Amino acid sequence: MSENLIIRGGRVIDPSQKIDQTADVLIRDGKVEAIEPGLSVSSDFQEIQASGLVVTPGWVDIHTHLRDPGFSYKETIQSGALSAAAGGFTSIACMANTQPVNDNPFVTSYIYQKASECAINIYAIGAITQGLEGKHLAQIGSMYEAGIVGISDDGNTVMDAYIMRKALDYSRRFKLVVISHAEDTCLKGKGVMNEGYNSTRFGLRGNPKAAEEVIVSRDILLAELTGARLHIAHVSTAGSVQLIREAKKRGVQVTGEATPHHLTLTDDAVGAYDTNTKVAPPLREMEDVAALLEGLKDGTIDALATDHAPHSVTEKEVEYDDAAFGMIGLETAFPLYYQLHLDKGLSLHRMVEAMTQRPAEIVGIPKGTLKKGVEGDVTIFDPKHRYRIDKRRFYSKSQNTPFDGREVQGAVAYTVSAGKIVYRFEQLKE
Amino acid sequence: MENLSPSALFQNSLQLKSILGTETLRKDQLEKILDCAFYFRELRDKKQPFPMTLEGTNTILLFFEASTRTRSSFALAAKNLGGNTVVLTKEASSAQKGETLLDTARTIEAMRPDILVLRHPSAGSPHHLDKHLAIPVLNAGDGFHEHPTQAFLDLMTIREFKGEMKGLKVLIVGDIAHSRVARSDTYALQTMGAQVSVCGPPTLLPPKMEKMGVKVFHHLEEAVVGQDVIICLRVQLERLNPAQNPSPGEYSRFYGISLQILEHCKKDVLIMHPGPVNRGVELSPAVADGPNSVILNQVGNGVLVRMAVLHLLLGGEPFSVKESR
Repeated sequence: MSENLIIRGGRVIDPSQKIDQTADVLIRDGKVEAIEPGLSVSSDFQEIQASGLVVTPGWVDIHTHLRDPGFSYKETIQSGALSAAAGGFTSIACMANTQPVNDNPFVTSYIYQKASECAINIYAIGAITQGLEGKHLAQIGSMYEAGIVGISDDGNTVMDAYIMRKALDYSRRFKLVVISHAEDTCLKGKGVMNEGYNSTRFGLRGNPKAAEEVIVSRDILLAELTGARLHIAHVSTAGSVQLIREAKKRGVQVTGEATPHHLTLTDDAVGAYDTNTKVAPPLREMEDVAALLEGLKDGTIDALATDHAPHSVTEKEVEYDDAAFGMIGLETAFPLYYQLHLDKGLSLHRMVEAMTQRPAEIVGIPKGTLKKGVEGDVTIFDPKHRYRIDKRRFYSKSQNTPFDGREVQGAVAYTVSAGKIVYRFEQLKE
Repeated sequence: MENLSPSALFQNSLQLKSILGTETLRKDQLEKILDCAFYFRELRDKKQPFPMTLEGTNTILLFFEASTRTRSSFALAAKNLGGNTVVLTKEASSAQKGETLLDTARTIEAMRPDILVLRHPSAGSPHHLDKHLAIPVLNAGDGFHEHPTQAFLDLMTIREFKGEMKGLKVLIVGDIAHSRVARSDTYALQTMGAQVSVCGPPTLLPPKMEKMGVKVFHHLEEAVVGQDVIICLRVQLERLNPAQNPSPGEYSRFYGISLQILEHCKKDVLIMHPGPVNRGVELSPAVADGPNSVILNQVGNGVLVRMAVLHLLLGGEPFSVKESR
């Protein structure tokens, strides 16, 4: 199948090649061929007129939950892929907490089988331990052969430090990154929101920042001990940012990611008991939001990641204590990231790098770049378009977002996967 | 579905659809509730009949937690004003059959009651229902969050014995972290101009309590000095977590109000307790039954303030003693 496409006259930003210029992007047979101004092509090329738009490598989100197999009423690999495309993502990685858990090569193969029918790239992350129970290592090698790009018990923390140490040791054989969901289960207790003044006010059980930081500290020490590659998922506290910053200085192979919600909301949002604000780790305080942003700017936080976590109303239209943790993010992430550029001084270069090159490097996939010869995955956004987030328009099967109704600026205009337009603003839905 | 027109329900002198907590109540709203409760009190004391302002109304008491005094006091309050009540408990509702709280509440609302009183172990449950229901929701205790009618009866009791609340010093002692009474009392007392302090072991104090504008003590002997009112909270012996407090005996040793502690207090200090009292734990029997204790007055006032809020929320006239003379 030959996919020939030329994207004309956009502002091309590709941090992996230090490109930021107005140019055409030429994709031949689904692969990037050239980035230059004024390219000429034969008439059989499809053309996108991109003047006034920003053209970047296709975005990469290394933290999603697609709920498939097992919870197809919340999301499927298919609907998750559509949601990703609408959000501008051409490559996503999905976590292992499905039913059955992706702790063996059969589930991994099922995911890749389903993924092959989707318009964007989907990568599987395998479990660290069998059944995410934190006791026995999962079939990491066999899953590696089936294509996993990292291991994580995300949703759960591997509480046994010995098991975590062994997982880090073993991961080195396959050069797999180990992704840590850092929340000390004992310290967290039954906490449903950040422990602080607001938990006192709202009368909800608190989950202290230290619950995250003790595990971040532990895992950094274990990464140092083993020489393995560690990635801290959804960093949420100022303390964690500092721990990662210091570890990087010492040369520990640790990276970190931050979510749109931890970068834009505080635990004030919990006040109306909207269960869409219930998430793990919990929304924190102003100082944490500021520290995350600082970390994102200076590269301590390497990547942006949504932690897209679909839940149906059955799990969310209940008492706050009983509601499931998590919110969706794929279709709201970009305008929230872009708001950090517009209002908070995050450079466009750094924003795009954290959405493309860095996450691709963390899981070791040949994505997040427009280097000559790679698959032509491109995201084009309109930096001017203003609109209101409307959850009823989502492609995701779930609507659990606290951002519904928010006024934002910056919209995905086109999502291109291997030279093929897989999403076009306002039109895909028809 | 028929529109139940929630805006019509705001047509009451409190300008409130529901009462979910004291944090957001204004002083004039608190005053109205107290005035009305004192009006009912005067009728009661003079053995005059209460006005039948709740006649033909149905109050649903949806109680998902065990409660003796709050529930019976609401039932009596409605009955005193001629209203009907239906009690639904967790066991009797369809929660046992897996129905969600919201579905239970919607089912009840379809039967057209006038007001829903909810007691629930999860903070925010009444807020959750309030968003979805057109009828007023009255919070009768949600988790560790709020228990506004308890605060009203505490205010009433303090006013009864101390008069003006502005500048009064009030100490709340005990398990503040897990107490909805502590939060509701704190907000309401502060709104009325009182100075609130709390005292308890660090394990039972919620974080950043100071930010609420309260003084925090860990030593009872120090905390009680100069206080006009001491509100002791019930220690939930059945739930006492050994990681939070080693034993009831040890709690009593450091945080129980004994005659010795009373020696550090003002002579006319009021000793209050939301009940039920664990004798010998929060209070020594001599203190519980002593001249400073107003625990039974609190219970009596509980019925009166609940009459007042039901009456006012359902659009009743803002009674007060002065105007009735």
